[in-house]
Amino acid sequence: MHEIFTTRNNPYVDPIMAMWEWQIPVYLFLGGMVAGMMIIAGYFLFSGRHKESNCACFSIPFTSLILLSLGMFALFLDLAHKPYVWRLYTTFQLKSPMSWGAWILILVYPALIANILIRPSQWMINRVPKLSEIAGKIQQHHILIRNIGILNMLFGLMLGAYTGVLLSTLGSRPLWNTSLLWVLFLVSGLSAAAAYVHLVAKNKAESELLAKADNGFLVVELFVFVMMFLGLLSSAKPHIEAANLLLNGAYAPIFWVFVIGMGIVIPLIIQLLAVNHKVKHTPIAPIMVIVGGLILRFVIVSAGQYSHWFNAHFH
Amino acid sequence: MARFGMVIDTKKCVGCQDCVIACKTENKVPEGHDRDWIVTESHGKFPDILMEIRTERCNHCSNTPCVSCCPTGASHIHDVGGVVLVNHDLCIGCKACVESCPYDARFIHPDGYADKCTFCIHRVEKGLKPACVEVCPTYCMHFGDLDDPNSEVSKLLQSRKYHVNLPEAGTQPNIFYLI
Repeated sequence: MHEIFTTRNNPYVDPIMAMWEWQIPVYLFLGGMVAGMMIIAGYFLFSGRHKESNCACFSIPFTSLILLSLGMFALFLDLAHKPYVWRLYTTFQLKSPMSWGAWILILVYPALIANILIRPSQWMINRVPKLSEIAGKIQQHHILIRNIGILNMLFGLMLGAYTGVLLSTLGSRPLWNTSLLWVLFLVSGLSAAAAYVHLVAKNKAESELLAKADNGFLVVELFVFVMMFLGLLSSAKPHIEAANLLLNGAYAPIFWVFVIGMGIVIPLIIQLLAVNHKVKHTPIAPIMVIVGGLILRFVIVSAGQYSHWFNAHFH
Repeated sequence: MARFGMVIDTKKCVGCQDCVIACKTENKVPEGHDRDWIVTESHGKFPDILMEIRTERCNHCSNTPCVSCCPTGASHIHDVGGVVLVNHDLCIGCKACVESCPYDARFIHPDGYADKCTFCIHRVEKGLKPACVEVCPTYCMHFGDLDDPNSEVSKLLQSRKYHVNLPEAGTQPNIFYLI
């Protein structure tokens, strides 16, 4: 027998940590997906695809802006001391990933707005006619457009990586304490973004390209999962227990069915058949990828809080 | 600089919870929340049973993940004794520090900020003992400067065997349990 009894009963801490609820996974998902969308839109600008009139790179930044703002609103809802939120921007804490993230978000918005200004939608021009003039000036400078593309890729990479680093630096939660988490979240974000662009792209070649790219991201995501579990399973006991939470423990059904099965493997098979012209492209696979990415964040945040060190003196 | 710490004699602690009540009273800890608590750990098979009762709280670690992760600097190390404190006017209630503590020693105060044991620094700075130490009826709790080799806590650590909680977490806790 080995029994530990505690009189502590703090809300959302005991019996298991559940401090972060739906807001954080939603923010991490939207942040990751926007990061992926910025990298894709930035790549399109960098590679000159924006010269095509129906390039998705002109609609992605505005959607990104909306999604990121929704994500940040979710983050704001999570704060317990809301009137003090401005304190994030009166300091820079070098060792705090959350402080880095707050300032990265400040960089992301101008990069997205610069991308929008290259070719604003007619709806925007009708409201602010001056935008047309600004867009005209930007379009005369191809190097500027390339640089906006590079900035979007760079800040997208930073944003996507940060969503994983935020959790992985919290060493007290063994499941998160893996340096591969940022790679997982970045690839998952890219995958969800590719799925989204594949869904909405009006240019057929672009849609096909993104379906192929998404297949690549999904394969890499599976590989990162394998590497992450190898790392955790060959680490200390709390890390092994944390990995087993997903592999065969309390979170196994949702992890295998919704994250791996419906979020990666099945859409990967459907999209592989589609890009090889065995079946038609349908919205089913990309929607499964996007929903799978969202469920992944919920599972990682919830199971991560469940995972813990063992405060036992007798072993 | 002084480094405040506690030495708790598990051979004397009976788990009476006087320290818990003293803390709640002294620091006006809201109902349903605890800055300190009692842990009872039992191990073995009858009749060979080992049992340890210990009073736990924030370990005021020397390596502080809760301070590192704080995005506003609200979680900080106090100038006096290296005590880990939270500045309520800087805390945005992001809960990162709560998640970062391997001892789960923090909670969110109903007013929105992160809260935890302060080693009763308001008392200590007046030359008094923390409330929990003051009231302990078995005198199992000792508070003092771990960097002073002549302090009571240093002498106890020199003369007795002890353990800390979760040394493997790498936080270098400053609460020691005599065994």
